[in-house]
Amino acid sequence: MTRKQKKMLIRILLTAALVIILVLLPIKEIWGGWLRFGLFLIPYFLIGYDILRKAAKSVINRQPFDECFLMAIATIGAIILGEYVEGVAVMLFYQIGELFQSYAVGKSRRSISDLMDIRPDYANIEGEDGHLEQVDPDEVEVGTIIVVQPGEKIPIDGVVTEGASTLNTSALTGESLPREVTSGDEVVSGCINQSGLLHIKTTREFGESTASKILELVENSGMKKARSENFITKFARVYTPAVVYSAVALAILPPIVRLLMGLGGDWSTWVMRALTFLVISCPCALVVSIPLSFFGGIGGASREGVLVKGSVYLEELANAKIVAFDKTGTMTRGVFEVVGVHHTRREETELLQMAALAESYSSHPISKSLQKAYFERSGASTLDLNSVRNVEELSGRGVVADIDGHKVAVGNDKLMRQEGVEPIACHHIGTVVHVAIDGVYEGHILISDIIKPHAAEAIQALKKAGVTRTVMLTGDSKTVAESVASTLAIDEVKSELLPEDKVNQVEALLETKGTNEKLAFVGDGINDAPVLARADIGIAMGALGSDAAIEAADIVLMDDDPLKIAKAIRISRKCLRIVYENIYFAIGVKLICLVLGALGIANMWLAIFADVGVMVIAVLNAIRALNVKKL
Amino acid sequence: MKKTYKIEVDCANCARKMEDATKATPGVKDATVNFMTLKMNVEFEEGADVKAVMKEVLKNCRKVEDDCEIYL
Repeated sequence: MTRKQKKMLIRILLTAALVIILVLLPIKEIWGGWLRFGLFLIPYFLIGYDILRKAAKSVINRQPFDECFLMAIATIGAIILGEYVEGVAVMLFYQIGELFQSYAVGKSRRSISDLMDIRPDYANIEGEDGHLEQVDPDEVEVGTIIVVQPGEKIPIDGVVTEGASTLNTSALTGESLPREVTSGDEVVSGCINQSGLLHIKTTREFGESTASKILELVENSGMKKARSENFITKFARVYTPAVVYSAVALAILPPIVRLLMGLGGDWSTWVMRALTFLVISCPCALVVSIPLSFFGGIGGASREGVLVKGSVYLEELANAKIVAFDKTGTMTRGVFEVVGVHHTRREETELLQMAALAESYSSHPISKSLQKAYFERSGASTLDLNSVRNVEELSGRGVVADIDGHKVAVGNDKLMRQEGVEPIACHHIGTVVHVAIDGVYEGHILISDIIKPHAAEAIQALKKAGVTRTVMLTGDSKTVAESVASTLAIDEVKSELLPEDKVNQVEALLETKGTNEKLAFVGDGINDAPVLARADIGIAMGALGSDAAIEAADIVLMDDDPLKIAKAIRISRKCLRIVYENIYFAIGVKLICLVLGALGIANMWLAIFADVGVMVIAVLNAIRALNVKKL
Repeated sequence: MKKTYKIEVDCANCARKMEDATKATPGVKDATVNFMTLKMNVEFEEGADVKAVMKEVLKNCRKVEDDCEIYL
């Protein structure tokens, strides 16, 4: 609690105690009731002096619908009518409500900034005598070597030059599995160094580093307001004046009608009912709880590694019915890997070694994946390049080379036929590399893009979350695309698309959807920027370090896991549900209390509940949006 | 041109009123006040004198909510 809040708490407690004492004291008859009036003014001014002062100022500034002014009118009116307890109680509860609101909002503000506690405070630079010196990360130039000790945050993006360690990336990705890094690896700011001492050569300035970019994004996320937020703003603009005018009408019209009918004005009853109206006129419950819910939802999502750029996107995501994906990099890893070695009489590793050696002078991705597979499966870490001679690259076919005196041909079926051997066709999907040694067919190696481990599960989760159509858009060939789509159970697939075709496809999809349905496009952000921008909601994945993705998308998934798409949708649904609960609950209770107040069924106490109670409940409900761990 | 300012305000409805007051100030094209992060984004009109406009904005905000603060 801040000092201001503590002071208010003391005032509230003192006032409550005074009111109870005064209610119990038998002073009703003394001095014709004037003593009681005088004594009740003490707690009234104690609790309400600042409100009364603000009310006076609002009169000077001609702001007739200021809450303080309305509270002042309502309570002074109640006291004039002899309802001292009600008058003081309205002030008291109003202050309790304000205190609670400021406490709850402050608390959730803090818990969200704790969540996003990735802001590094300093960077260590090794001085000449080997001493570490702490400097402001803003002052570190690109190319400087910084030292990160165990337990410290990496302040600036860079490349490890010395040392090895494990990094905790959970603040960035929501992923609890630590990441191993060693020299040569790129590291991003915001990760926590867990075990070893790291020397890092910075590759960016602090302001351009991942941690700073993410913080900026999260802190500015409230600026794009959701439709429901704008609705509340408009509603609040109309609601207060409407209630105040009705209050005036309620105070004047019925007594006049009664006078005309000869019944006697009964002014005090109607004025009291009008004052009840004024107490209910504050739209605070709505105005605070809606942005608070969105703020909680965005904060909770960022803890799970889902960055949302504004509450409007959370709102749209909740209505996502069609989800379109890019294939490579989104549903598949986007790296080519050896997935099988078929039809060979030799050891798999031997075949891989031969192929890797023959291809060793090529920079083609296939050559890299062959080497990688050989290293992984054999445990070797180098290739003996001295054994390779007379390498001949035949473009569009493959490679022929002499390895340890054997003639090795590695390539497609055209190359095999040229070498006079008949290749065995592969019935799996992917790139097939045939190998022939000394004119004898030795089998083939299948290389293919790997589907991400959670991809199929992710599609199921989307269906469960209420997505009706899943569509895959890819530039890849029809056979590959269809095989991936059927493995993952994706509804529709459009293959062999150029980047601009993807935009056209998305536009066609946008036309088929219903009015309240939204289309989300998920891509890896590298060449999908136009599509991300065209879709209702652009979701970029695997954003660690990719500026293009952070710029282009509305929602950024910090890690590569496609399961997070469905999680993001569930978070948005929960958040929106809370928002609507609050809207209906707050407006509903207020309207009911207004009607009951006008009929004289609801008294000042119910009005206090309609004002403060509703606000407290709405705020408590809004805070639930922060809790998304188990979704 | 857009600028972000830190603000200090006690209640959400007051923040809403500040937003309206800022929007109505001459020289301001658009404005958003975020009560949760206590920040204010102001988009100025072409060629507006930012300092003078913000002075006016603060004055107008004080009129609707007298104990608000904008850290210029």
